[in-house]
Amino acid sequence: MKIAQISVFLENRPGRLSALTRRLADAGVNLSTLMLSDNGEFGLLRLLTPDVAQALQTIQAAGYASTTTEVVALEVPDQPGGLANVLSVIEKAGRSVEYMYAFAERPGKAAIMVFRFDDMDQALGALQTAGIGIRTPVDLFAS
Amino acid sequence: MIHHLWNDADGTFFPESALDYMPVANLREVQLQRLKAITALAYERVPLFRQRMDANGIKPADVKTLEDVRLLPFSTKADLRDTYPYGLFAVPMSEVVRLHASSGTTGKPIVVGYTEQDMEVWKQVIMRSLYAAGFTRGDIVSNMYGYGLFTGGLGLHAGLEAIGATVIPISGGNSERQIMVMKDFGVTGVCCTPSYFIHLIEIAQKMGIDFRRDLKVKRGVFGAEPWTNQMREYIENATGIQAYDIYGLSEIIGPGVGNECSCRQGPHIFEDHFLVEIVDPQTLAPVPDGQEGELVFTTLSKQAMPAIRYRTRDITALETQPCACGRTLRRIRRISRRSDDMFILRGVNVFPSQIETALLKTEASLPHYLIVLTRRSGLDQMEVRVEITAEMLRDRVGEMEQLQKRFARNIEQITGLHAEVTLAQPGSLPRSEGKAKRLLDQRNLTA
Repeated sequence: MKIAQISVFLENRPGRLSALTRRLADAGVNLSTLMLSDNGEFGLLRLLTPDVAQALQTIQAAGYASTTTEVVALEVPDQPGGLANVLSVIEKAGRSVEYMYAFAERPGKAAIMVFRFDDMDQALGALQTAGIGIRTPVDLFAS
Repeated sequence: MIHHLWNDADGTFFPESALDYMPVANLREVQLQRLKAITALAYERVPLFRQRMDANGIKPADVKTLEDVRLLPFSTKADLRDTYPYGLFAVPMSEVVRLHASSGTTGKPIVVGYTEQDMEVWKQVIMRSLYAAGFTRGDIVSNMYGYGLFTGGLGLHAGLEAIGATVIPISGGNSERQIMVMKDFGVTGVCCTPSYFIHLIEIAQKMGIDFRRDLKVKRGVFGAEPWTNQMREYIENATGIQAYDIYGLSEIIGPGVGNECSCRQGPHIFEDHFLVEIVDPQTLAPVPDGQEGELVFTTLSKQAMPAIRYRTRDITALETQPCACGRTLRRIRRISRRSDDMFILRGVNVFPSQIETALLKTEASLPHYLIVLTRRSGLDQMEVRVEITAEMLRDRVGEMEQLQKRFARNIEQITGLHAEVTLAQPGSLPRSEGKAKRLLDQRNLTA
């Protein structure tokens, strides 16, 4: 259920992000989604890809510092209150969101959002009990 | 009866190392006879020494005891530059069989010369260094010191061959190939600067090579730059090898002025060839044994270019406790800083080694770092750029900021100064294949 997310340390300087994405492209790594979190000085590039092993190998060989983190991809109904519903499940379970970002735009279908919770296992249990759609890596990247 | 002491390795007797165990009284007598001879030689043959001694009203005959070395004038690197290239030579060029030169930071290098006898002495002290560190015939050794004008490469080379080891004269550079050679040639020993070896550890990790599993390296002699005990621990923990400190400088002879024994409690100085003093770098007065000061050498047997009270700029202390190895040669505490490297920031003396200690206090492994000094609106600023490693990386920007703050807090605790810590991508700071560059002083440019 959990999905491996790769985080890469980048200095906030011109060309750093494009250099990394170029290396990944050259290695044939397909990026499903990515999110940059920064403080003006440096940033963490978080990315999801179906080719985790290949991506990690490429990133490490290129000399970047990287780490993997587990996240979950949830179906959030594309209607008012869709996200609020998911968040209230988490709140009731006493857990909190460390960060979240959108997976991809797919008009007409439920949105998919990527979440990192402070306690992944507890949050996952609460989400399952509440019947929230949780994507497996297989159907996430196939969709 | 004392013969059982005459080696560290496996019970073999090494004649060259016998001198390491000379009774102290004999050692001092040898030193005194040689000091008298070298003082006379320097006075007769080197105008600079004669002028300085005359100016102080000192004659070679005034040197009657070892303590009388204090009557002699000091010399410094500036003297070598001022008399460039051969001004301090005490023999005609027809007797000089080798020249070496060290890079000068202010343009001209300094030049040192050796007679045939000097070359023999140099080889002997390196053999004694290698034996002390447990190298023997049968070892296969990558000599990664630069070959050429630098004394490290050719100096170690001669000693390694003389003890019967298999020398690979690979010199520095091309790190991937260094690892490949270590693996394919079955290398058991290495010689290089400690910072270059730390760089090689990184490269090996990147190549998926594990020192313990894939390589046969057992020991290394590391020198040519100051290093800390933390660096030794890092090297030994990361690779399982034993890391020995070799001490030397071209002005005195090159590597082989001193070397650590198996106790690894600081290098034993080969006192039969090098007379050691520790002085206060400001007042130049002798400091008591065990107290820190600047290391000063007088060469006792060097013919081509005798050094009289040469100020090394290295800060250390003399260890007077007898060593468990049985050597009667005194040790110096491992040199982790130089009075040269010291910089003054807002009136406070700071050594790069203090920054290193702070970084190692924060993180278990040693990150690459660079200290950058700038001047902004008249005020000196210290920035410490730290390359992050995969081990340090956390998935949240806030946690990385916490790491930055911990670095800065530890630096402030140790130096008393605020430092702006910036995190850099791995491999983005300049790497050295010789001596590590830790300080970039841009204050003059921006003043």
